[in-house]
Amino acid sequence: MAVLLGAASRILVQGFGRAGQLQARISRSYGSAVVAGVTPGRGGQRLAETPVYDTVRAAVAEQAANVSVIFVPAPYAADAILEAADAGIPVVICITEFIPTRDMVQVKRYLRGSATRLVGPNCPGVIAPAQRARAGIMPVDVYRRGDVGVISRSGTLVYEAVDQLSRLGIGQSGSVGVGGDPVIGTSQREALELFEADPDTRAVVLIGEIGGTAEQEAAEYVATMGKPVVAFIAGATAPPGRRMGHAGAIIAGAAGTARAKQEALRAAGAAVVESPSEIGRTMREVLGEA
Amino acid sequence: MKLHEYQAKEVLARYGVAVPRGRVATAAADAGRAAAELDGKVVVKAQAHTGARGKAGGIKLVDDPAAAEAAASALLGSRLVTDQTGPGGLPVDAVLVEERVAIARELYLSVVIDNAAGMPMVIASAAGGMEIEQVAAEHPEAIQRRYVDPTCGLQPFQARALAFATGLGGELLAPAVGLIEALVAAFEGGDARLIEINPLVVTEAGALLAGDAKFDVDDNALFRQTELARLRDRRQEADRELEAHDAGIDNYVKLDGDIGCLVNGAGLAMATMDAIKLAGGEPANFLDIGTANRQEAVVAALRIIGADPDVRAVLVNIFGGLARTDIIAAGVVKAKLEGALAQPTVVRLAGTNVTEGLEILDRAAVELIHTEGFAEAASAAVQAAREGGT
Repeated sequence: MAVLLGAASRILVQGFGRAGQLQARISRSYGSAVVAGVTPGRGGQRLAETPVYDTVRAAVAEQAANVSVIFVPAPYAADAILEAADAGIPVVICITEFIPTRDMVQVKRYLRGSATRLVGPNCPGVIAPAQRARAGIMPVDVYRRGDVGVISRSGTLVYEAVDQLSRLGIGQSGSVGVGGDPVIGTSQREALELFEADPDTRAVVLIGEIGGTAEQEAAEYVATMGKPVVAFIAGATAPPGRRMGHAGAIIAGAAGTARAKQEALRAAGAAVVESPSEIGRTMREVLGEA
Repeated sequence: MKLHEYQAKEVLARYGVAVPRGRVATAAADAGRAAAELDGKVVVKAQAHTGARGKAGGIKLVDDPAAAEAAASALLGSRLVTDQTGPGGLPVDAVLVEERVAIARELYLSVVIDNAAGMPMVIASAAGGMEIEQVAAEHPEAIQRRYVDPTCGLQPFQARALAFATGLGGELLAPAVGLIEALVAAFEGGDARLIEINPLVVTEAGALLAGDAKFDVDDNALFRQTELARLRDRRQEADRELEAHDAGIDNYVKLDGDIGCLVNGAGLAMATMDAIKLAGGEPANFLDIGTANRQEAVVAALRIIGADPDVRAVLVNIFGGLARTDIIAAGVVKAKLEGALAQPTVVRLAGTNVTEGLEILDRAAVELIHTEGFAEAASAAVQAAREGGT
């Protein structure tokens, strides 16, 4: 088992341009089943050793795709997500950044109650090392199979945390990049729920950021979890009112500060680290105790 | 992207939000004439992208056109320093001259995106004129919130509930509902991230007016908000940030410290700033180079960092996923060779193509401090900044 992906994952790439094809190749050589690309107007072609379809429905019908990774440019990305949902794809992972928030408001509302789970947008995707399943853009070399789950709003901080864990000999059951935008599909809390329910996960790293209240909502769930959580919040030194790259990373009120999030997570029983370089070592200590 | 108050009011007025009569002026004499047209008794308001203008002397009540001209003359060309701007302040290139209205009551009204619900939310409070954070902390019961469901939009019953709860019943009900609906229409039509009316004024004559207006447009939607995009005032943005923007680097934020940072990924960039601070230093900037796999972009970014007179050491922290560390390494070497980066430079590379990247650094005939780990890199940069200063 793993979260969101498994040995039965059949991956479709929407927006099968240069980036999509490159990442499809990397996923395939990692061992993932990349079964189709979708680019409207290019149906019938074969690119990067992959059959291309005009529509998601065609890719599902012909290749039984059940995971979609989206690279479609921002102005058209919301449409791509909804097309995947309409075709009944259960796991949709949107890599695209810079999608207008209004579009994501509509997408999120449309998906409520549907059978589709969205991860992202503006995220590095999902990986399950034991199943060799990769739906995203993360570098594969840093991962080792194991039993720690990693959740992050930021892509590069996932790699950083995973690298620290792997160097200490601690493998990962998977990582989920939830994305850096204000309105996202799967929240940090929901990602925690997935790892808590996964029998192959023993502990979780949660990497949050300034802005919003998603870490506080995650903390409420951490308090009820059976598995230990190590948490880091990026942006303790960021000044209020300035956007730190991610559209969601703006300190608008007291709840958005790193301090407020650290306190909420600490009160919920998470091991909160002050320095990003302490994530791996702290997890080792936590696992030693567990 | 922020709009000025006068721009926000023009946009909102088009959606049917009532605003005080006013004129924008960029010369003192024009402000005097505007005051005369508005019957003399006016308020002269500095236009700058900051709140807390009143406390900082940016809003002046005057009784005649000559005083309006004098007030405008003092404000125009000055820099307004508020609690929110930092010590350098922001330039005042325009003033808004507005009629003075007799105020009976001040309320608060805004629309924001509620990240958790993933929907716009209308916030109303009978306690206007104050910071909403403060109201929320002291009188949470005084704040009313209603979601705007994107499937059907804000419903009239929701607008009525907000109006009744903030004391806008009776004669004021219809205008209040109209105003709330107009605000939501502007929010959606303008791809706003935030619209705030604080204060929302009830005049003694019984009219509802937007006393002030903040309007923040979603940068990601500027491609389809071409009219609003034209309202961008580049003079309100820091010079170095503009330079970065013109070089194609949008994720640059100038900060107060002395260690320049070039990082890939917003999260890692924030974490790098945090690591510098924990090592006893202060970052001079936030810079997310993203996945710009172009040497020129790296050189351009380093040139901006290198030209910052506050920077005494530079930290390059890259964890390559999509970004290739060899391209970053080549960019660092090139910037050094071109003399664009005179400060001591610490480089930490990990991830995609790291072997090639490290080889490029080793082969190059330039002085670089190379570290493997994150914390060591931050400590080395702090150390270098200290030594650079002695």
